[in-house]
Amino acid sequence: MYVAVKGGEKAIENAHAWLAEERRGDPGVAELSLAQIREQLSLAVNRVMAEGSLYDPDLAALAIKQARGDLIEAIFLIRAYRTTLPRFGNSTPVDTGGMACDRRISATFKDAPGGQVLGPTFDYTHRLLDFKLAADGAVPEAPTAAPRHEPTPHITKFLKDEGLIQDEPASDKPPGDLTREPMEFPADRPLRLQALTRGDEGFVLGMAYSTQRGYARNHAFVGELRIGTVAVEMEIPELGFTIEIGEIALTECETVNQFKGSKTEPPQFTRGYGLVFGQSERKAIAMALVDRALRWEELGEDDLGAPAQDQEFVLSHADNIQATGFLEHIKLPHYVDFQSELELVRKLRREAKERLEPREAAE
Amino acid sequence: MNEYNFAYLDEQTKRMIRRAILKGLAVPGYQVPFASREMPMPYGWGTGGVQVSAATLTPDDVFKVIDQGADDTTNAVSIRKFFEKTAGVATTEETEKATIIQTRHRIPEAPLRADQILVYQVPIPEPLRFLEPRETETRKMHSLQEYGLMHVKLYEDISQHGAISTAYAYPVRVADRYVMDPSPIPKFDNPKLEMDAIQLFGAGREQRIYAVPPHTRVVSLDFEDYPFEASKADHACDLCGAEDSYLDEVITDDAGDRMFVCSDTDYCRSRREAGHQGRLAQEDAA
Amino acid sequence: MTPQTRFLGGFTDAPVQAAHAFRAAMTVMARPGELRQLVGATPPDGLSVAAGTLLLTLCDPDTGVYLARGADNPAIRQWLTFHTGAPLVPAAQADFAVGFWQDLVPLDQYRIGTPVYPDRSATLIVECDVLQKSGATLRGPGIRDTARLSVPDAAALQANSDLYPLGCDFFFTCGDTVAALPRSIRIEPEG
Repeated sequence: MYVAVKGGEKAIENAHAWLAEERRGDPGVAELSLAQIREQLSLAVNRVMAEGSLYDPDLAALAIKQARGDLIEAIFLIRAYRTTLPRFGNSTPVDTGGMACDRRISATFKDAPGGQVLGPTFDYTHRLLDFKLAADGAVPEAPTAAPRHEPTPHITKFLKDEGLIQDEPASDKPPGDLTREPMEFPADRPLRLQALTRGDEGFVLGMAYSTQRGYARNHAFVGELRIGTVAVEMEIPELGFTIEIGEIALTECETVNQFKGSKTEPPQFTRGYGLVFGQSERKAIAMALVDRALRWEELGEDDLGAPAQDQEFVLSHADNIQATGFLEHIKLPHYVDFQSELELVRKLRREAKERLEPREAAE
Repeated sequence: MNEYNFAYLDEQTKRMIRRAILKGLAVPGYQVPFASREMPMPYGWGTGGVQVSAATLTPDDVFKVIDQGADDTTNAVSIRKFFEKTAGVATTEETEKATIIQTRHRIPEAPLRADQILVYQVPIPEPLRFLEPRETETRKMHSLQEYGLMHVKLYEDISQHGAISTAYAYPVRVADRYVMDPSPIPKFDNPKLEMDAIQLFGAGREQRIYAVPPHTRVVSLDFEDYPFEASKADHACDLCGAEDSYLDEVITDDAGDRMFVCSDTDYCRSRREAGHQGRLAQEDAA
Repeated sequence: MTPQTRFLGGFTDAPVQAAHAFRAAMTVMARPGELRQLVGATPPDGLSVAAGTLLLTLCDPDTGVYLARGADNPAIRQWLTFHTGAPLVPAAQADFAVGFWQDLVPLDQYRIGTPVYPDRSATLIVECDVLQKSGATLRGPGIRDTARLSVPDAAALQANSDLYPLGCDFFFTCGDTVAALPRSIRIEPEG
């Protein structure tokens, strides 16, 4: 008897049970706690928060655990949870100029007010497997110094004061919200930046890399990269003032890019901008490069036909939750469509054969 | 009852979807943008249909989900479970008893009634997308009714193959205005798009909703000398003997023997219950 | 039963009442000329039950609502604002407009959508003294052959339909009864 995929329900239940068992792995090995993930896999947690668009390290840790370390799956869990959350209001824009920096570097100046602070970076580590970690993760305490209290102004401020870099005037216009409104093209810069900051790190990295290799090259310098915590403040209309509701860690990157000038503008540097939750510096730098590439039109540059300049291309394909869903959906049964193609191919072959046969008979 | 709002979505999201559905009904075949939400199932797996169903369901509904015409394919089971859990609605596998039917890739064989609603899961709502990948361009083409490109594509098929080589997701023109993708249903189903029931189409990842009201003119694109032809396997169902239903072809042994069975599992079941028998029905009974 | 304050007269079970109300609204929009009962809200004087229920079902902070003269009084404003949070806007910016026909016209003050986004148009909720399946003849999507509906001004509505696919869409409300007329429908006056 033909039963096709009967019993789908039972199969799904069993698959879920098996999955849960696999997730746990060998029960003889101690189970991971969320605190362990949050503290010891913090860069994974940061990526999940950034692309999940939800700042909550504990939930991100839970998602990573549940997803067996599949970060895109973890991001998906966070997104699906996020969308059910009620919105109580909007914070005021965070002031990254007032960031308490753990790391702050500029590639464009040897030194600047606020200093060059390396912070906890992989940059100058030698990528040698540390077998000590396999046995015992104890680390000696890192040396500390008294916190700096001097302000750490944005590097681009110095260029701006001299008129050397394009000004980005502040605006009170509320930015669009791509989680609440369908994406519409052409998308303005706030919307593009939103899409990039939650976009897939690998995709944004690849796009940025393509600009460096000549597909709409824009000669980016890392004017500044800073990582640290900022206060999140909210205006409470009933109180008539703003209150601090918490702190978040951010990575911000401003690139300084060449600009030849246009008919109306003398030569001047321009900017690309990246801002990402947590310590996510690869993503922030890549975002800034892609942001800059997408600005060709407003800066009066030529369309070089490069993928990174094409906002429909970049923004439509940056979201890994959309991408992975659609990619993986081809696992679902398509036998009805395939059947219709089968019929068509058979028919076309039959007709082709019929056309050929009389000719052969006549020969 | 449970920790979710009725039918999972919050009320503001439902209102947004409902407004889009109403505009979709007012302009049949036009794709209304909507702010699709992230659902607890992946994009591409019916999130658009799920959101449309969630915004349309009432607790009195009887809900049916089919994928490839079948109620017990895994994704259909999964979506049906989702609404059993989050909306507490009754579910059925019988087309006749359902008030809302969510479907992927098929239109049920039994004609739908005026009190039923058919919700389609749509992967790529834009019929012009594979001719022109840019949304900015396809929007313009729809606004100007610039559908020449589509006809050129179909005509190239004919000159190359002697026939239109689109077998599913076959484009239609709705109410003499918009060219619409009927979702990847086999073209066999296209004539059924003119029906008594309301048809709603949801594309979650692509953030579009569209609709076809009852008794709306839906014409499959064709040419005078190459008229549209709804085709199916040239067999009868081996289980119920139906000659008018869309068939799945199943390979039954290593020698490549085939059997053909109704893709609409409920249609096949109800015919067999009514005593109809196909070629292989006897063997089964034995 | 008029609510005593703005706080009353809303849905008592919003997810379920709004779902039923939407189904009625969707059914009439999909089947122009059909009548359905539309209940759930108890709006203040000056708004019918059907119109009030429609507003609670479809409006929120994302939709601008225009209250046309007779439907514009402090009680209705407060009630609508409390229950929906919808901003009150002039006719030209409205997503929804509500009132009697003579207060709503002229139609050319409403958004009719744009060629690329025809959905960005106003929906008018027209309060009627009578609403029945007689009068003007309707033809188009949603109607098997023809339907009849007591519309207020067949010529003005046909002029709207001439803009298709642009144009406004209409609900007609009378007591707890609702009907609809999308822009896709051609209208011939009675006679």
